[in-house]
Amino acid sequence: MSNMSKEVESFTDWLRDSAQVLHDNAAYLTELDSAIGDADHGANMDRGFGAVVAVLDETSFDTVDELLKKAGMTLVSKVGGASGPLYGTFFLRFGTALAGVKLTPAAIGEGLRAGVGGILARGKAEIGDKTMYDAWGPALDAYDTAVAGGGDLAAALTAAAEASAKGRDATVPLEARKGRASYLGERSVGHQDPGATSTTLLLESAARTLA
Amino acid sequence: MKKLINDPADVVSEALLGMAAAHPDRLRVDHENRIVYRKEAPRPGKVGLISGGGSGHEPLHGGFVGLGMLDAACAGEVFTSPVPDQMMAATKAVDTGAGVLHIVKNYTGDVMNFEMAAELAAADTGTEVLSVVTNDDVAVQDSLYTAGRRGVGVTVLLEKIVGAAAEEGRSLQEVADLARKVNDNGRSMGMALTSCTVPAAGKPTFDLAETEMELGIGIHGEPGRRRLPLAPAREIASLLVDPVLSDLPYGQGDSVIAFVNGLGGTPLLELYLMYNEVAQLLDRAGITVARSLVGNYITSLEMAGCSVTLLKVDDELVRLWDAPVNTPGLRWGA
Repeated sequence: MSNMSKEVESFTDWLRDSAQVLHDNAAYLTELDSAIGDADHGANMDRGFGAVVAVLDETSFDTVDELLKKAGMTLVSKVGGASGPLYGTFFLRFGTALAGVKLTPAAIGEGLRAGVGGILARGKAEIGDKTMYDAWGPALDAYDTAVAGGGDLAAALTAAAEASAKGRDATVPLEARKGRASYLGERSVGHQDPGATSTTLLLESAARTLA
Repeated sequence: MKKLINDPADVVSEALLGMAAAHPDRLRVDHENRIVYRKEAPRPGKVGLISGGGSGHEPLHGGFVGLGMLDAACAGEVFTSPVPDQMMAATKAVDTGAGVLHIVKNYTGDVMNFEMAAELAAADTGTEVLSVVTNDDVAVQDSLYTAGRRGVGVTVLLEKIVGAAAEEGRSLQEVADLARKVNDNGRSMGMALTSCTVPAAGKPTFDLAETEMELGIGIHGEPGRRRLPLAPAREIASLLVDPVLSDLPYGQGDSVIAFVNGLGGTPLLELYLMYNEVAQLLDRAGITVARSLVGNYITSLEMAGCSVTLLKVDDELVRLWDAPVNTPGLRWGA
């Protein structure tokens, strides 16, 4: 642990903080999922990130990309449901995009975009489908705008987290077109999407820990 | 929550220990990967049949492992898809060179996890994997803008019929084609009288008043499409059978396997009462019931309610249906 780079340390902090936040919000996420899904999102995310923390406890990583890829594989192996492949693919592609790259705010932004590209490849969602992409999409745009305006990593991640929260709130009136909530048709209207909610928790955690 | 459990986190693993203890003659269980194997798998030259999905639908899928049905079933957490590692391990374990068919119910998570597993298995060992996705639930509108129809009752009938064909030594492509034929000729519709409680959640997934029922229910405690006042069984039978009949469509002179399935909390007494209503409706429509199945085969924990599945059959499908099967959940002729 002693020779861990500052960058590896802060990304490790992000994953640990996310695990804690997801654990604290597990019942809330499951409650949201009960309304329009199958009442397992909180338990699944808690189990998956708990497994990531167990990996962090016993393995040391030299680079951020190795760390993120291992986190992604762990989530694919432990979460199940749709969230496992979606969040797992996100971290795998995010890590892959950061391999051998100087971690500037712009490079991290490109990495995030690559990760979200993985989510879209698996889930084929569009903005307005009432999925986690309704939070990711605006977050990426807000991040890039902040960086283009000269903002540092803290400013960019804070902007991304705020846009994600707005995107999450905007899922409430939508009718779901993807995932299990789509079976409800118009009865999915009036409920906040659990995936957009967990995405916002991850980004708020990033804004607290990565900058 | 009142359940026969020790700890909500241990429900699936302890149930698998019980399956292994109860059926050592037919099954062996990989507890680490949560895979139920047919005892004699892999069988040289035979196409491997694998299914899996969230737990809470028992006997589906682990209870349908054995002679004439599945070679392996991967168990996820309650109502949560298993993960790719499990399907990869099962795929490698049952493949003897004849290839492996994945039988997947159409839910976003199941489809994604099985897809990842098939990609990884092909990259890793070169195992040939084909997949069939069941999507027989007429309660869901099928469109490009939704996750599509859910896989429900037809999955049970498909695992039996396709299992018999694999047992005969048919090729992977033939087995996959037959699986698609079964899926294409089957339709289902379900309803619930009560919700169900996921052990990890600890309370019912949705509330349903004493005087209400949910029409178009799935098998994960997800609410249905419409909530209606409770009605007599005769009316409920029409609400289930009519949309099924008009969807394929089924017509006069057709033969079907008629399957009345309980969702876990409804006694056989009521399921047979429902079957009587269903049989009368089919008779009136001029449809012949070639074979029937009544009981709890694809469940949603302790949910009360039922689903009706009709599978249009020809002589070949009936012959495969009648072929010997020996699994914890279905057994005849062997």
